[in-house]
Amino acid sequence: MNKENNQNHSADGENWIYSEGVRGHFFSPKNVLYDEADYAADGVGTVGSPECGDVMYVWIKVDKKTGRIKECKWRTFGCASAIASASMMSVMATENGGMDLKTAQNLKPQQIVERLGGLPDRKFHCSVLGHKALRNAVLDYLKHAK
Amino acid sequence: MNSRIDAKIDITMKRTYLDNAATTPMDAKVLGAMLPYLKETVGNPSSLHYEGRLAKNAIEKSRTKIAEIIGAKTNEIIFTSGGTESDNLAILGIARANQGKGKHIIVSCIEHRAILNSCKKLESEGFEITYIDVDNNGLISLEQLKSSIKPTTILVSVMYANNEIGTIQPISQIAKIIKDSIVSTPVFHSDACQAAGSLPININKLGVDALTISSSKIYGPKGIGCLYISDKCRIEPITFGGDQERHIRPGTENVAAIVGLAEALSIAENKRQPENLRLQKLRDYFLSKILKNINDVSVNGGMDNRLPNNINVSIKGVEGESLVLLLDNEGVACSTGSACSSTDLNPSHVLMQIGTPLELAHCSVRFTLGRYTSKKDIDSTITILAECVKKIRNMSSIK
Repeated sequence: MNKENNQNHSADGENWIYSEGVRGHFFSPKNVLYDEADYAADGVGTVGSPECGDVMYVWIKVDKKTGRIKECKWRTFGCASAIASASMMSVMATENGGMDLKTAQNLKPQQIVERLGGLPDRKFHCSVLGHKALRNAVLDYLKHAK
Repeated sequence: MNSRIDAKIDITMKRTYLDNAATTPMDAKVLGAMLPYLKETVGNPSSLHYEGRLAKNAIEKSRTKIAEIIGAKTNEIIFTSGGTESDNLAILGIARANQGKGKHIIVSCIEHRAILNSCKKLESEGFEITYIDVDNNGLISLEQLKSSIKPTTILVSVMYANNEIGTIQPISQIAKIIKDSIVSTPVFHSDACQAAGSLPININKLGVDALTISSSKIYGPKGIGCLYISDKCRIEPITFGGDQERHIRPGTENVAAIVGLAEALSIAENKRQPENLRLQKLRDYFLSKILKNINDVSVNGGMDNRLPNNINVSIKGVEGESLVLLLDNEGVACSTGSACSSTDLNPSHVLMQIGTPLELAHCSVRFTLGRYTSKKDIDSTITILAECVKKIRNMSSIK
């Protein structure tokens, strides 16, 4: 646990405040797809439902030669940690030449949360949906690529 | 990265505080009244010496001031640490002291958690609680209340005005129903934390036997409040110690805070009518601008019988916690009933009880205006709000 995370903990040990990583991605989200009408996605993934408070769409473009994700776009409904984790997921999926599809399918919520510098404890289970939406987008791509 | 994104909020930034139902800033006159009791040697009010008598005198003067404002006898005012403790003392103290007559209690389903969680505690002690429903406007069913009173009913507690949606219950009508009941004579308590300073709080006109008042909602200091309890009612303490506050609330008194509470209540009562008119005009202007500038906005709770400073709306597709944080980043402080802002991850029980659909309860935002809110504040907030809503809707999966 780094120094900053220590400061985010209240006396009872609970992490209650958003980290710099979460705030950064929440206030300046990366890779939002504002309008999908003209976006020729290779795969689309959905997760959650509006009734549960969180729903997310992920669109990916895949480089056919390398088999890596070259674009990853999203839109979500949710709290700051839901938005920040979607944004961070999209960055992780496309950085360093793009994630290969197998790695993308196995992305874990813990990996996203770690890169964000942690999440308030109560937010961990409900707000990280990005990995599931990404997995569904990859599955959608694989289904159509066959 | 924008420097405003820093976790430490830029203190030079202009702030617009629209969360006065959560707590109010302190009035400078209140601070002025308190200062001598913070700076100079103030004794323990229970001590016999000069310093002790000085402290005791300040407390009793404050008690008299409050009693006069609400139309009570001085010995009917008990100082506590605030709204929560007053509510706890009323519910637990009255129920336990009267359980020989019965173990049935009636409360509204939209009470503050200080009441609801006290009731939960009593349920574990074998008490039976009836929760009265509210309609879509947030008003309790008087018929259900009437038919719920039974021979074992010892206590009824209905909040005067709701903290989330600001709806005002017809307290004197409720009191009449209770007093007219021939099956039993329950004590009638009302939580007036949100009402004090906005609504008349004369206990005789209201017809209540017990009333909770909090200082932190009326421009007084935090951590102080009082409970009016009629001297005809039996009540027992929930904390134990010395003789202070007629044994009902032991512990060395916080003299400066008590002086502050009395001063705050007195100022609030003097300003009440003109301030209500000003706030209601400003609130209605704000709401009309929200409805005009932002589409798909629904108002939570009825607009009649509502505190003059309260706006609670759901903005479709805009999750409440996100909006609150974005507004905060732009200098506007407000709150939400969204599940994502609560520790139990359930949306506000008040919004659920008035029938707000779950997906809209997640999108609720509350603005509560106050004594220091100006039209300029509202105008700048409307612009900021429209921008923040646009930003969230652009990345929202719900269109």
